[in-house]
Amino acid sequence: MKINVNGQEHEVDVAADMPLLWVLRDELNIKGPKFGCGIAQCRACTVHLNGQPIPSCSFPISAVGGAEITTIEGLGKPDAMSLVQQAWVDHQVAQCGYCQPGQIMSASALLNKNSNPSDEEIDTAMSANLCRCGTYPRIRAAVKSAAKNIREIELTPAIESEIDNQSEVSS
Amino acid sequence: MSKLGTITRRTFLFGSVAIAGGIGFGYYKYKQPIDNPLELDLSDGDAAITPYVIIDQNGISIIAPRAEMGQGVQTTLAAMVAEELDVRLEQVNVLHGPASAAYFNAAVLEEAIPFAATDTSSMAKRMRNFVHVPAKLLGLQITGGSSSVADAYEKMRVAGAVARGVLIQAAAQKLGAPANSLRTENGTVVSRDGQALSYQSLASAATSIEPESEVALKPQSEWKILGKSQNRIDVPAKSTGTAEFGIDIDLPNMMHASIRVNPNLGAAMNSFDASKAEAMRGVKKVVAIDNGAAVIASNTWYAFKAVNTIKFDWAKAEYPQNSAAHLKAVEESFHSDHQDSQFRDDGDVDAALENASSIVSGEYKVPYLPHAPLEPMNATAWLRNGKLDVWAGTQIPTQAVKEAVNITGLDESAITIHTTLMGGSFGRRLEMDYIIQAIKVAAQMEGTPIKLTWTREEDMTHDNYRPNGMARFKAVVSENGPTAIDLQLAGGSVNTSQMGRLGIPAAGPDIAIVQAAWDQPYGVQNYRVTGYRVKHDFPISSWRSVGSSQNGFFHESMMDEIAHAKGLDPMQMRIDLMTHEPSRKVLEAVAEMSNWGEALPEGHGRGVAFSLSFGVPAAEVIEVAIVNGKVKIVKAFAAVDVGTAMDPRNIEAQVLGGLNFGLAAAMSGNISIQNGEVQETNFHQYRAMRFYQSPEIEVRILENGDRVKGIGEPGTPPAAPALANAIFAATGQRIRELPLDKSIGFV
Repeated sequence: MKINVNGQEHEVDVAADMPLLWVLRDELNIKGPKFGCGIAQCRACTVHLNGQPIPSCSFPISAVGGAEITTIEGLGKPDAMSLVQQAWVDHQVAQCGYCQPGQIMSASALLNKNSNPSDEEIDTAMSANLCRCGTYPRIRAAVKSAAKNIREIELTPAIESEIDNQSEVSS
Repeated sequence: MSKLGTITRRTFLFGSVAIAGGIGFGYYKYKQPIDNPLELDLSDGDAAITPYVIIDQNGISIIAPRAEMGQGVQTTLAAMVAEELDVRLEQVNVLHGPASAAYFNAAVLEEAIPFAATDTSSMAKRMRNFVHVPAKLLGLQITGGSSSVADAYEKMRVAGAVARGVLIQAAAQKLGAPANSLRTENGTVVSRDGQALSYQSLASAATSIEPESEVALKPQSEWKILGKSQNRIDVPAKSTGTAEFGIDIDLPNMMHASIRVNPNLGAAMNSFDASKAEAMRGVKKVVAIDNGAAVIASNTWYAFKAVNTIKFDWAKAEYPQNSAAHLKAVEESFHSDHQDSQFRDDGDVDAALENASSIVSGEYKVPYLPHAPLEPMNATAWLRNGKLDVWAGTQIPTQAVKEAVNITGLDESAITIHTTLMGGSFGRRLEMDYIIQAIKVAAQMEGTPIKLTWTREEDMTHDNYRPNGMARFKAVVSENGPTAIDLQLAGGSVNTSQMGRLGIPAAGPDIAIVQAAWDQPYGVQNYRVTGYRVKHDFPISSWRSVGSSQNGFFHESMMDEIAHAKGLDPMQMRIDLMTHEPSRKVLEAVAEMSNWGEALPEGHGRGVAFSLSFGVPAAEVIEVAIVNGKVKIVKAFAAVDVGTAMDPRNIEAQVLGGLNFGLAAAMSGNISIQNGEVQETNFHQYRAMRFYQSPEIEVRILENGDRVKGIGEPGTPPAAPALANAIFAATGQRIRELPLDKSIGFV
């Protein structure tokens, strides 16, 4: 079976019903997505499938097909964080930190679609993810400040079109 | 890490020790008896027992030997060393370090003695020092009881100061300049003429210098790191998926295991049939482990799937078989045969009750609770060539060594415990079950590293739970407040259950049964608190804030009932009753923060609660709104007094997290038992707090207390009663049983 994770193609030989989470963690050694419940109740395992947040613990590998999977490792790295990850650091959100990859994946999926979410929209997007440490107030603050930073970038069309032009030239 | 391992195995030395290309400070010769613990009150803070600085070619490393479960302890402990060593936190590596009795926790037993935190008498102080003795003899390297900061405050700063002194001496020799002409700055020693020598360049010269036996610590006014909010050292990794938890350990040719043990907790396994499991894809082997069986496979999911197919014949447990029988056992404990303690008996309560024209009374109940940290229990063990390595999130690594010795028969020196980051704990990782199992599986697969991961179902149904319990109170109330209180509390002994599993005898009364009830700083003329012990062997344990978690609810619901019985303001009544100034001030602070007394919109209500636990006075106000007959928690305010705040932003995080942890359990936390087995198996049945349910939380930190105190737990106890009292204020409904959602719906 072939699988595309964070822009890289992998070949895996596993049972068709193996959840994506365990392919990522135990076959590909991609440990950002976490195991918490196995029944899509805590969403520590959240990854993006073509940009949509899914609970990878309950998503069989056979259903992935050629879709693009993005894990938290695909968002950014400690020395080059995404805006959402940076907001998480700025607000010192993490306590134990175990749920935070899933929280960040859910928040990123929301903000990719909607960079100006209301409190209700944030509630809807974030309420599937459990945090036992109770960091929710800081998660909300981080989502809002990430949204603001994303909007600021969106409001600078000059730079954006320049980037677009460059990428057109290079491609 | 490898260098550290070498030191551990060889020896801990007093003072400084040469290591390959560097120097380690404060190591302890741990094979020798630790110095006379009876002298401890004279010599607490001695540099020799206060590890831990290593300077070598990798830079400066600080050992923060307490478990990082999310409470930020590694950052705060490292900050204590860094402050005195004069390095920036960003300049240092922070390591948990090896398991060693030298890292024993002196402060952890301070809560276990019948002297209230507000008691500053010489007897109380002597007793507090005295319990450092068994702590030292037990040599328990333990993280718990909100004790890490109090335990480390002197010794980690001294460790930094001693290391700095040695480095200055080394620089003085090198430069031929008097030591008192040198100063330090950001990891360098600087001379008057501006020459700067890095600590690393001084490391080898420093090994020949005898450390000073006495060092002066900086006055608080000169602190550059402590007292100021730090960026936690673990947050970037935790925000990028690169933090390594126990469950993320990966070793060459590692196999994955999962286990099922008897859900009749502690009872034996009669037999099992694993023929189906053995034939399944990916399965390598099925092994019997104590009262269950483990599957070893090439992928965790294959192991999960296979272990679920094993057919077991389980023996039954001897404890009561269902929730009703467990409750009955509590009810029947309100009896002189079960009396465990009566640490408070002021005035003459019986006479006051007898002579009263009216009595306010109530009966309260709380259920069992699981810890349910988000990372399920797991441990990795690798037995090969006469040595054993274990990777696990554990709050007691020294106990893990002991268990490993018992299982393998190896010498302590052949065993290495690697303490990993923990995906939460809340007291769960004080237990050894998952570590013991991993070692036993690895012992049957010698040569192969084995990572044992529990399913969530195994985790939820094989916890050691917060005990269920009840309270009964009677009070006489005048126009000014209570004149008599008789509070009776019944519950299981966490101490006996938990220490029993560690093989440590626990005699005498268990203070946890009455914690944060007998010792509250209210001045009431006739005031009696009696603890009754429930005696059966359902496994119970410390759950964030231990006895305070239920007693906060009991005591502070009671105080609310007392106030409302005479139409008194529940905030003002508490303030008026306070005999302890820092406690009064946290109440005044939340009153001000919440605009207590100002009118609220229709359908809203405010509740207040106060708990003094782990030496920290904490007051919380919760505001609720009733929306379509359901409760919405709108806002929460908390004020805590930690004596001296080490890291305000992290303290705030612990208070808001602790408060939400308490609210989550208060709303819907419940473990029930049928046929001897726990019924809630996963988060669809054990409902934890969701994002939309969390209130906005405002935290204020006060520093009026006389001692530095830890804050991992004290935010939790007032949350449940503040919420129940707010619901009463909004609806007139007094709820005397948790979880609250048995009686009222939540948005």
